[in-house]
Amino acid sequence: MSETNKAMIEQYRNSFLSEVEANVEEGEWVKMCMQCGVCSGSCPLGKHWAHPPQEIFMMIRAGKRDEVLTSDSMWMCTSCYNCVVRCPRQLPITHIMHGLATYAKKLGLAPKNQPTARFAEIFWNNMMKKGRVNELKLGLSLYFKDGFGAGIKESLRNKDLGMKMMKAKRMAASEFFGGHGVKDIGGVQKMIQKAQEIEDARMKKFD
Amino acid sequence: MSEQVEKKYAAYICTGCGIGDRLDAGELEQTASRDGRMNLVKQHEMLCSRDGVQMIRNDIDKEGVNHAVIIACSRRAKVEAFGFNDIAMTRCNIREGVIWARPDTDEAKETTQEMANDYIRMSCGEIKQMEKPTASGQQSRNPNVLVVGGGITGMTAAIEAAEAGYTVHLVEKSGALGGHAARLHKRVPFKAAPVGTLNSPDANLPMPEDTGIADMIATVEGNDNIKLYLNSTVTKTSGAPGRFSVDISTESGDTTTENIGSVVQATGFNLYDPENLPEFSYAGSPDIITNLEMEELANAAGDGPIKRPSDGKEITSVLFVQDAGQNSTEEGRLPYDSGIGDLVSIKQALYFKHHNGASCDTTICFDNLRTPGAPGEDFYRSGQKNGVIFTKSDVREVTPGDAISVKMHDKILDENVEVKVDLVVLDLGMVPNSGPDPYAANEALEGLSDEDKAEELETQAAHAADETSVKVESILNLDYRQGTDLPHLKHGFTDSHFICFPYETRRTGIYAAGPVRRPMDMKQAMDDATGAAMKAIQEIENAAQGRAAHPRVGDLSYPTFRKEGCTQCKRCTVECPFGAIDEDEETYPVYNEARCRRCGTCMGACPVRVISFENYSVNTVGAQIKECDIPEEWDEKPRILVLACENDAYPALDQAAMSGEEISPWARVIPVRCLGSTSLSWVTDALNNGFDGIILMGCKRGDDYQCHFVRGSAMANERMAKVGDTLETLNLEPERVVVHEVAITDIERAPALIKDMEETIEKIGLSPFKF
Repeated sequence: MSETNKAMIEQYRNSFLSEVEANVEEGEWVKMCMQCGVCSGSCPLGKHWAHPPQEIFMMIRAGKRDEVLTSDSMWMCTSCYNCVVRCPRQLPITHIMHGLATYAKKLGLAPKNQPTARFAEIFWNNMMKKGRVNELKLGLSLYFKDGFGAGIKESLRNKDLGMKMMKAKRMAASEFFGGHGVKDIGGVQKMIQKAQEIEDARMKKFD
Repeated sequence: MSEQVEKKYAAYICTGCGIGDRLDAGELEQTASRDGRMNLVKQHEMLCSRDGVQMIRNDIDKEGVNHAVIIACSRRAKVEAFGFNDIAMTRCNIREGVIWARPDTDEAKETTQEMANDYIRMSCGEIKQMEKPTASGQQSRNPNVLVVGGGITGMTAAIEAAEAGYTVHLVEKSGALGGHAARLHKRVPFKAAPVGTLNSPDANLPMPEDTGIADMIATVEGNDNIKLYLNSTVTKTSGAPGRFSVDISTESGDTTTENIGSVVQATGFNLYDPENLPEFSYAGSPDIITNLEMEELANAAGDGPIKRPSDGKEITSVLFVQDAGQNSTEEGRLPYDSGIGDLVSIKQALYFKHHNGASCDTTICFDNLRTPGAPGEDFYRSGQKNGVIFTKSDVREVTPGDAISVKMHDKILDENVEVKVDLVVLDLGMVPNSGPDPYAANEALEGLSDEDKAEELETQAAHAADETSVKVESILNLDYRQGTDLPHLKHGFTDSHFICFPYETRRTGIYAAGPVRRPMDMKQAMDDATGAAMKAIQEIENAAQGRAAHPRVGDLSYPTFRKEGCTQCKRCTVECPFGAIDEDEETYPVYNEARCRRCGTCMGACPVRVISFENYSVNTVGAQIKECDIPEEWDEKPRILVLACENDAYPALDQAAMSGEEISPWARVIPVRCLGSTSLSWVTDALNNGFDGIILMGCKRGDDYQCHFVRGSAMANERMAKVGDTLETLNLEPERVVVHEVAITDIERAPALIKDMEETIEKIGLSPFKF
């Protein structure tokens, strides 16, 4: 069977919908969307999304697995919850968007160099080191994410703000060296690892 | 009969509700006795009280009063208190019509009193032309209901009427009861999810349920009050409510004649012919099926999976094409949407989820998803919950093959896609199973020039003569002058007064119910049938007493004509919206009282004014016009005659007065039964008498009519188009006569229209016809 034929057969089938239902947080809600478009109309960043939520839901039902999972759309969500509040079917749209993003990342399909995806990764790695977020380092790693030159430029641009924050004791330069953490960071890491194992075990295999 | 009894006229003036404070009651009394020449005039401070009513009752019983004018509130108020059915009676409206419509100021006092005096003179004039209405006695109580059609609608109507104690004759063309419903695998659920059911992917939502048809058939067959005629049709229906004579013939030609009181037509629908939709290749594959065939496929599956008709393969994917051939502007397709097809497809998709497992792909391609009825939204959610995929799309082509290819345009994702499925189900529309429309020929002529009309008539004649042309078979075979069947409303659906009285048709005593009058599902059809059965029962009881059906329920008056004056012009027989009038051998009109709705359209149509009711005639209104006092020209008090439809315009004016809207002191309002009853002579008389302006207020006409008598207001409008000639011969300005459509809600607009006329008169000056 040719690839085109296979793709044709997969369209408007339950396969990808079932996958989302099984593996994406709150994914079982996707089938309940009635395509009214209120979410898309309510999203403050809606016009910057390649596919607003309503369309994402339709794409899932249409079986567009790759297009959905490689899309940067769900990474655009700022968790303002406007859509959730307004959805007449009460779908937890924000959660589904983050669920889809997480699932795409897990499968290695998330778009590379997408700023919010990068930030999420930086945030996670930062937090996993000490069990709490080191704000100084988080800020700096964000500045330097696109290379040393860009980092210096960005840091200089924000230096006044940084100085003020230090003056107001909102930020400590000492945090750069190690920084403080939780009492039992080993325990936290173990806990997270266990949680990941449980989640992975629950994931159903689809390809 | 009443000729022999001496006429005794009485007027009763109520001084309650502020009438006595605002008006000089002594003057009113004088007007009634001196100008109105009433034999007896009495005042009462609260006429509608038990004491007041008793006073009138005593006069009727002891003083021989047989004609009374109640000078009090509007005829729409205190109807029961003043329900003196054993005398001729009229109401003179000086509460809503006068004191409430006028400001309570010193300046207004004089004109307000004049208004009241005028109305009293008018009513006293009217009562002299009225007789007590008595039933014709043309029919007696006939507790037999004929139900045509043995589907779910017909069976429900039969059961309802039978259980109420009436005898039902149920005629079914085929050999079995049940109609389309008997072919269904399951039905759309009747009930919504319980209140408080949360929105969630695992909520307990309604599912397809047993049709209940077998039980219903058993109930019909087991009911002694229901007489069943299978394989039978109605071959002739003559008479009128309460005395229909109906021939019921079997296929073999045996005919029984039954006397019937009223009729319910529940002839249902047929599916639209999918062969007319070449893009869906219905004829090209046994795996492209109609929504009804889908039901049979599910029935055939038993407890196992549903299988493909072509090769018996277990179906793993099915696609539903919604609104196939519906909502279309193309010739030969349905211009409307059946509305219930989406519910049906959700139900059928759930068959697959049940029989073939959750992994069976079910795709519903819709444009506008509509799930009417109480459980509609929950059933939609039920479909979604169970994994039915809904896609807003336009299916463009279905190509047969081992895997059927469906080309469509996904409207959300805005792209053309092709999918392959095992089975395609076409959601076809419901086509009403109506008889031929008696007015089809006339409607085709509407708005055409004389030349085009002649051409159209020729085409129609050629079509009728052509033996190969498709002819719609008559269902009721009515022996009426105006055609064999119920008129159509729109798109071939059988008549119903869609805005107010859904079961009423333009053939009194014959009620349409179920999908023959508009597309509907089983639940709606059952409700509809119950309503129609109640109307049928009501009509039997009304006809027995010679009482009218809606909207003049209980009216005993009926039209008669003066044979010597009749020119046999047939206008009344043609214009009667209800086909109530037949012709005898000499082509004189024959009024069937029980078919009549008492609108008076025949009366307005009659060019020689020979048609009248006992209590409503050219003379009753004519007398009111004549008795109205027309002030001399130098008084500068114009007079505006308002002929207002008693169903909408008159109550709108009442309501206006109640809400404090002022009505011009120059207006004199006369209620008419329907604007269709308006005689051109009233307009001519009023102008000759010196009225400065005339306003005719009727209901909305046309396709979305609000006329209680369906065509009355349209007929009036047609006739009034000729009023220009009258004005021309009198050398009067055309602005002096206007026709307005007034709805019952036009509370501010109705008085404003009168005000407009006042201003027009100011501009063009008073009528020169004041003597």
